[in-house]
Amino acid sequence: MPPERFYDVAVIGAGPAGLAAAVAASDAGARVTLVEREERPGGILKQCVHDGFGLIRFGEKLSGPEYAYRYLRLAAERELPILTQTFLLALERDAEGYRLRLQNSRQGVFELCAAAVVWAAGCRERTARQVFIHGDRPAGIFTAGMVQYMVNVQGYLPTRRCIILGSGDIGLIMARRLTLEGARVLGVFEIKPEPSGLMRNVVQCLHDFNIPLHLSSTVTRVHGPKRVEGVTVAAVDERLQPIPGTERTIACDALILSVGLIPENDLIESSGLPLDPRTGGPIVDQNLMSCREGLFCCGNALHVNDLVDYVSESGETAGRAAAAYVFTGRRQRELIAVKAGANLLSLVPQQLDRKSGGAVTFYFRSAHTLKNALLTISAGGQILKQKKYLVLRPPEMQRLVFEQAAIPHNAAELAFAITGGGGE
Amino acid sequence: MKIPEELTCIECPLSCTLRLKETDGKIEVSGNQCRRGEEYGRKEALHPCRSLTTTVATGYAHCPRLPVRTAGEIPRELLFAALREIKKLVVREPVLTGQVLIKNLLGTGVDVIATGELNEQDI
Ligand SMILES: Cc1cc2nc3c(=O)[nH]c(=O)nc-3n(C[C@H](O)[C@H](O)[C@H](O)COP(=O)(O)OP(=O)(O)OC[C@H]3O[C@@H](n4cnc5c(N)ncnc54)[C@H](O)[C@@H]3O)c2cc1C
Ligand code: SF4
Repeated sequence: MPPERFYDVAVIGAGPAGLAAAVAASDAGARVTLVEREERPGGILKQCVHDGFGLIRFGEKLSGPEYAYRYLRLAAERELPILTQTFLLALERDAEGYRLRLQNSRQGVFELCAAAVVWAAGCRERTARQVFIHGDRPAGIFTAGMVQYMVNVQGYLPTRRCIILGSGDIGLIMARRLTLEGARVLGVFEIKPEPSGLMRNVVQCLHDFNIPLHLSSTVTRVHGPKRVEGVTVAAVDERLQPIPGTERTIACDALILSVGLIPENDLIESSGLPLDPRTGGPIVDQNLMSCREGLFCCGNALHVNDLVDYVSESGETAGRAAAAYVFTGRRQRELIAVKAGANLLSLVPQQLDRKSGGAVTFYFRSAHTLKNALLTISAGGQILKQKKYLVLRPPEMQRLVFEQAAIPHNAAELAFAITGGGGE
Repeated sequence: MKIPEELTCIECPLSCTLRLKETDGKIEVSGNQCRRGEEYGRKEALHPCRSLTTTVATGYAHCPRLPVRTAGEIPRELLFAALREIKKLVVREPVLTGQVLIKNLLGTGVDVIATGELNEQDI
C-alpha cells in the first residue's frame, strides 16, 4: 500500500465529535484523515441554527454553525485532510490495523489503511416506523430533524398547521422555529407524564408562543390518503395505553416526530461489535476504545448527548487515546466491568482498563426524575464515592470525574446505583 | 403590562414554579428556592429578553439560506417585528462568520450577525 494511503488514525464522521478527535490525535503527533459522507463537514450542527451551543466549552451561547466553525478552523490550521462526499462501506481488521473500503464520485471504490479508527458517525432519528400509529402513511409525516433541514438549510416551509409528537429537544426547537416562520403549531403531544426535552426549551420554545404541551397524550391515528389531513390524539393511562373516549381529531397538514435519537452504528454492529442495549453505542473503556483493539468511538455514535460540549470532550478523549494506542503499541488491557444499577438509564464507559490509571470521566442519565437523589459508586460492596443531587432528570446527562486510585486492586467490577428521591 | 401569575424558573434543573404578585408596582416572587429564582422571576415578569436565531435568503441557488442571530438578547415582545426586519435582507456577496449584517436592530442597540459563511467556492 503506498504511504499516502496509510494513516495512523482514520476518523469516520466530521461532525463535532470527529473534528475534535482528529484535532486531538493530530496534536498528539498522529497522521490523521477524516472521512465524511456529506458535502461539507460540521455534522448535524450545520442545520442547528438556534443558539445555546458551547456554554461550557467557550462560555458563550453560540449557534450550531458557529460552534462547528471553531472546530473547522482548528482542523484547517492543522491542514487535516477531510475526504468529503465519501462514504465508508466496510471496515476490516488486518495485521497492521484497519482497512477502510470507501466510495466517492471522484475515486469510485478505494481503500485506505489506518492503525487506529475513531468511529464518530453521530446518531439518527427514530422514524414513523418505530412508533406505533394506525392509519394511512400519507405524505406529511416528518422527523423534526428533517423539518429542521428543510427550513434552515433549504429555506422551505413544509407545513402550515402541524402537530408535534414527542417532546424531545429538537421537536421543541422546531415548534418555535416553525412558529417564527409563520406556521401554526397546534400542540406538542408527549406520551410520558413529563417532557423529554430540557425545561429551558419547554419555556422558551412553547410557553413563549402559547403552544400547548399535552402530557400523557399521544397520536393514535393519521388521516388522509395522500397528504396528512388530520390526526387523532388521545390521553393515555399509566401503562401508556390510549384511554377510550378521550380521542379527538385535529385537522393539520403535517405530523412531526420528535421521538428520540439512536446512535448510528449499523456498519460496525454488522461486523459483530458488541453494543450496549442501554445506549445503543459500542461498549467502551475510559479511553473510549471499544471491545475491538484500536477501534474507538465518540460523540452521538457512542451515546446520545444533549450538550455538544460533551460531544467534543469525548472526541478529544478518543482522538488522544487513538494516537497513544498507535505510538505506544498494543498492550493487553486489564478490563473490569462498570455496572449500571438501580435507577440508571445509561452509563458510559461500561468498562475500565485498570492498566491506564488516573481519573475517569463518567456520563450517566437517571431512569426517571429523582429529587434528593444519592449516587453511590461501590466495588465488592465497599462504598468508594457518594454524591448528592437535588434533582436528576433523564433529559439532563450528568458528568462525573472519578479517581481510579479509590478502587481496590482486586476489584472485579465497579457498580453505580442511585437511591432516594422519588417523583415530583 | 399584565404580568403572568406563574412562571417556571429555568436557572437550574430544579425548575421551581414561581408565583408572582404585583403590589404597588413591586413584583413579589414566591415558590423560589434560592435568590436566582427571585431575580429570574422579576426580570421575566418585567423585561423578558430573548436572543433571536433565524436564516436569511441569499442570492445563491447552491446555498439558499444563511444562518444569522442577534448578537445579544432583545425584548421578547420585539421578536416578530425583528424577524420581519431581518427577512427583508437578501445576501448577495460573500460573508464571514460573525460579520454584522444589520446594525442596531430596531433601535435595540443589538446587531444581527452571520453565524455561517458564504465563500467564493459556494457561489
Ligand atoms: C436533528 C438533530 C438535531 C440536534 N440538535 C441539537 C441541539 O440543538 N443541541 C445539541 O446540543 N445537540 C443537538 N443534537 C445532538 C447533536 O447531534 C450533537 O450535539 C452533536 O452534533 C453530535 O455530534 P457528532 O459529531 O457525534 O454527530 P454528527 O453531528 O451527527 O456528525 C456525524 C457525521 O458523521 C457522518 N457520517 C455518518 N456515517 C458515515 C459514514 N458511513 N461514512 C462517512 N461519514 C459518515 C455524518 O454525515 C455526519 O457529518 C441534534 C441531533 C440531531 C440528529
Ligand atoms: S429558584 Fe433557584 S433552586 Fe429554584 S429553579 Fe430557580 S435557580 Fe433553581
